[in-house]
Amino acid sequence: MASLSFSSSVSSSTPFLRPSAFLLKPRSISRVPLVRAKIREIFMPALSSTMTEGKIVSWIKSEGDVLSKGESVVVVESDKADMDVETFYDGILAAIVVNEGETAPVGSPIGLLAETEDEIAEAKAKAAAQSSSAAPTASAPKVEEPGPVTANVEAPAPAVAAAPATPGKVVATPYAKKLAKQHKVDINKLAGTGPFGRITSEDVEKAAGITPAPKANVVVPSAPATPAPSPPKAATSFPEIPGSKVVPFTTMQAAVSKNMLESLSVPTFRVGYPIATDALDALYEKVKPKGVTMTALLAKAAAMALVQHPVVNATCKDGKSFTYNSSVNIAVAVAINDGLITPVLQDADKVEIHELNIGSLSLSKKWKELVEKARAKQLQPQEYNSGTFTLSNLGMFGVDRFDAILPPGQGAIMAVGASKPSVIADKEGFFSVKNQMLVNVTADHRIIYGADLAAFLQTFSKIIENPESLTM
Amino acid sequence: MQASVSSLPTPHRPHSIIRSNSNPSFRSCGLRKEAFGFHSLSQFLNRESRWIRIFPTNPRSRRQFVFSASASASAADNGSQLPTSFDYDLVIIGAGVGGHGAALHAVEKGLKTAIVEGDVMGGTCVNRGCVPSKALLAVSGRMRELQNEHHLKALGLQVAAAGYDRQAVADHANNLASKIRGNLTNSLKALGVDILTGFGTIVGPQKVKYGKVGLSDNVITAKDIIIATGSVPFVPKGIEVDGKTVITSDHALKLEIVPDWIAIVGSGYIGLEFSDVYTALGSEVTFIEAMDQLMPGFDPEIGKLAQRVLINPRKIDYHTGVFATKITPAKDGKPVIIELIDAKTKESKDTLEVDAALIATGRAPFTKGLGLDNINVETQRGFVPVDERMRVIDADGNPVPHLYCIGDANGKLMLAHAASAQGISVVEQLTGKDNVLNHLSIPAACFTHPEISMVGLTEPQAREKAEKEGFEISIAKTSFKANTKALAENEGEGLAKLIYRPDNGEILGVHIFGMHAADLIHEASNAIALGTRVQDIKFAVHAHPTLSEVLDELYKSAKVNSDITKPVSEPVSV
Repeated sequence: MASLSFSSSVSSSTPFLRPSAFLLKPRSISRVPLVRAKIREIFMPALSSTMTEGKIVSWIKSEGDVLSKGESVVVVESDKADMDVETFYDGILAAIVVNEGETAPVGSPIGLLAETEDEIAEAKAKAAAQSSSAAPTASAPKVEEPGPVTANVEAPAPAVAAAPATPGKVVATPYAKKLAKQHKVDINKLAGTGPFGRITSEDVEKAAGITPAPKANVVVPSAPATPAPSPPKAATSFPEIPGSKVVPFTTMQAAVSKNMLESLSVPTFRVGYPIATDALDALYEKVKPKGVTMTALLAKAAAMALVQHPVVNATCKDGKSFTYNSSVNIAVAVAINDGLITPVLQDADKVEIHELNIGSLSLSKKWKELVEKARAKQLQPQEYNSGTFTLSNLGMFGVDRFDAILPPGQGAIMAVGASKPSVIADKEGFFSVKNQMLVNVTADHRIIYGADLAAFLQTFSKIIENPESLTM
Repeated sequence: MQASVSSLPTPHRPHSIIRSNSNPSFRSCGLRKEAFGFHSLSQFLNRESRWIRIFPTNPRSRRQFVFSASASASAADNGSQLPTSFDYDLVIIGAGVGGHGAALHAVEKGLKTAIVEGDVMGGTCVNRGCVPSKALLAVSGRMRELQNEHHLKALGLQVAAAGYDRQAVADHANNLASKIRGNLTNSLKALGVDILTGFGTIVGPQKVKYGKVGLSDNVITAKDIIIATGSVPFVPKGIEVDGKTVITSDHALKLEIVPDWIAIVGSGYIGLEFSDVYTALGSEVTFIEAMDQLMPGFDPEIGKLAQRVLINPRKIDYHTGVFATKITPAKDGKPVIIELIDAKTKESKDTLEVDAALIATGRAPFTKGLGLDNINVETQRGFVPVDERMRVIDADGNPVPHLYCIGDANGKLMLAHAASAQGISVVEQLTGKDNVLNHLSIPAACFTHPEISMVGLTEPQAREKAEKEGFEISIAKTSFKANTKALAENEGEGLAKLIYRPDNGEILGVHIFGMHAADLIHEASNAIALGTRVQDIKFAVHAHPTLSEVLDELYKSAKVNSDITKPVSEPVSV
């Protein structure tokens, strides 16, 4: 793959082939800018918005045929129609990677186009390498398996009805199978909750973590002579307010929306803690000239506390076990471009807060970089999705306390309020005015219990109140 | 109902490509005001007769015939001697759509006619076939529309969740059947056809016995006899039908249950239509098909498109190339169990567990007890052998005088309207006009949503014929996507396909998949029946905007090399 000058990453895999069918007007698919390619990959084109994979009906051209721009090369069957796919480039069809009758996911290479005869051998070698590695994925796209997906079987159903009549057989209804394929759920790992222990669409939906579609038919019982008017479906039709404007979600907003809905499946609870910040404020004033930000200080403090309380840094992936994360990666929520993103400070417990040694990358510097990248939409996935704990700070707006939603895949999130002068009574009953902030942690109660959070907050508050260790 | 003739192995289908009872629209129940001449294509090659329509020449009044003889006299001679005078000119055994069509035409031609029915008037089509199934499909079509939020939204409609009342749906189907049955019975009575109740048996040449079990038989004589006893659902051996969880179309049309999951054995017309009904009402469906492809009777291209629209996006999966060797109804706390074997290797393939199974493997002729052995006729797999004029052929290969067989019982083309057309063709012959029905001009339709219809040959059949007879064929296709009316309805999914001879413009076949395809096909079937060529019909005008313009486009896109083009008809001054 490396010697192919044509990028094979998914993002640039827009097919350079254009479908043209006798029925449908050809949909023009944007061309891929040429990168001095000598061997080009022919990709499985997306022939419809719902197409995820396509089947090669027939190759119109054979290996070795000279192709000229606009010629039909291959017939692809999508979920909607068979379409002739034509080439945008002149060249020689060097190798067919996906043969007739086989299926390939959209965007995956199905053939190789060489510019000159000299490259044919090279292309063939590529194709051989690809087909040996790509063949299994091409036929059965089991790219990722989102963890074990065994559905929770709650109350055991009556023994007679719970098992398929044929012992050991996995029985799934037609729609369940369709959904499983669509959502890449391994049906063999599901426990059926339907009649006779069969796997129903609801089981697959549960495993895939999607909200079940409302059942198509409300079967009105025949008993009442006049059919009761069907109740209006909630959520589908809100009253229209005149003059309102509908703005669709951006991709980022859609992702936020999806994550927020997913978070509803996790049982969370919250614990709050007041922390005196005079010492922290003093430290901040001291290190500010060195480019250290409050965010970096709080992230560092949280990371140090998490090292002592690994369970708060853990994740519950399957509802059955703890996943203890080996590194402490602090995600920090940032409002940006009408959206929300959480750049991650990786190994925040280990990276120093500011440069002790010339040339080493400090937490503060790292953070600055991440924010710049986020603004430019250049964050790489591991720079925003590898967090093990999230920090959200609304203190700068004067918010004194708030409550954060736990992002899926993490064990806890900390909401930090503003540091404000407060009247505090000490053990002896003397009043004093000290700066104090309220932090509120939301956690997954499947793995993190009240005492765990309390102990973690106690450690955290000690670090904040004696912040010297942060800069050491 | 007698036991079905069920010893046929599954892959052997009745020797017609169309095997269903449930497809045709029931046309004969309306009182026809005039008779149409059914002519073979060859007759139309004669230009002189080309545009002549046949109108009834006789008044509808019943003629008194000279031979209105007594029944007792003919009963006494025990069939050994040919009667010289008859009770009736024509006796039809079976009052289904075929018998009804024949009877109406016979009266029109002045024949004294009786019809013998041992079960209910109307036969399969009216009571257990096309008619009630259309009622269910009307419901499923509306349910589909109401559930298609995307579609409704595109039209700007908002509809709250659609629901249905199973019993009310079932009642609609039953009421429709009763109503059509009433219409059919009244139409016969009004025309003076004698309705004789009881099972009819042929006891000798031109002699029919009828009567109910336990009552004394009556014997009547007739100059000519038409057998029109129809068919019953075919159930392969190994399948135990209990009428509740393992059912045939007879039971399914009563819609006593809507199972969560139903297996449908056979993906022909009956199976497809029921899959449309069941999925619209919320069931999931598994097809079991012995052939390698679903919908084996259809033109492959149409079948493929239909599968994309009618099968793939719905809650349906399928097993092809397999036989259901054993189906056990649900009992003892177990579901319906279906054992599958590979159709070729006969090896055990899979076992399915479902809530119900519908057996839609075609239909078997209902010809037992007809007394055919009394006149030296042997059925072939239950079917009554006939020649192209529907004359019954005896065991020695000779036509039996005065005996005809029409409809499903002869198996030529198992469609209600084909039976009726065959009956009319027979009556034409009886009244002195030779007539051979062109079966290639008989349309067929499957009332799924959207519908499928066809007439004439499929593309592979046409290619085979072209190769054998040494001519070229061409294909023209048009899409519903290009049709204004279809787009207005937001129903752009569809294809019309024309198979024709580019050398002379003969239409060999037309296949339509799309909205109202069943109604659209008749322009093509009429063209084939009348021998109209593509180069002629393309000048006919279609109203705009209509779905019929799909066919207009189709004809216009055909390229005929023939330089002899004629206008549709000579100008006629009126």
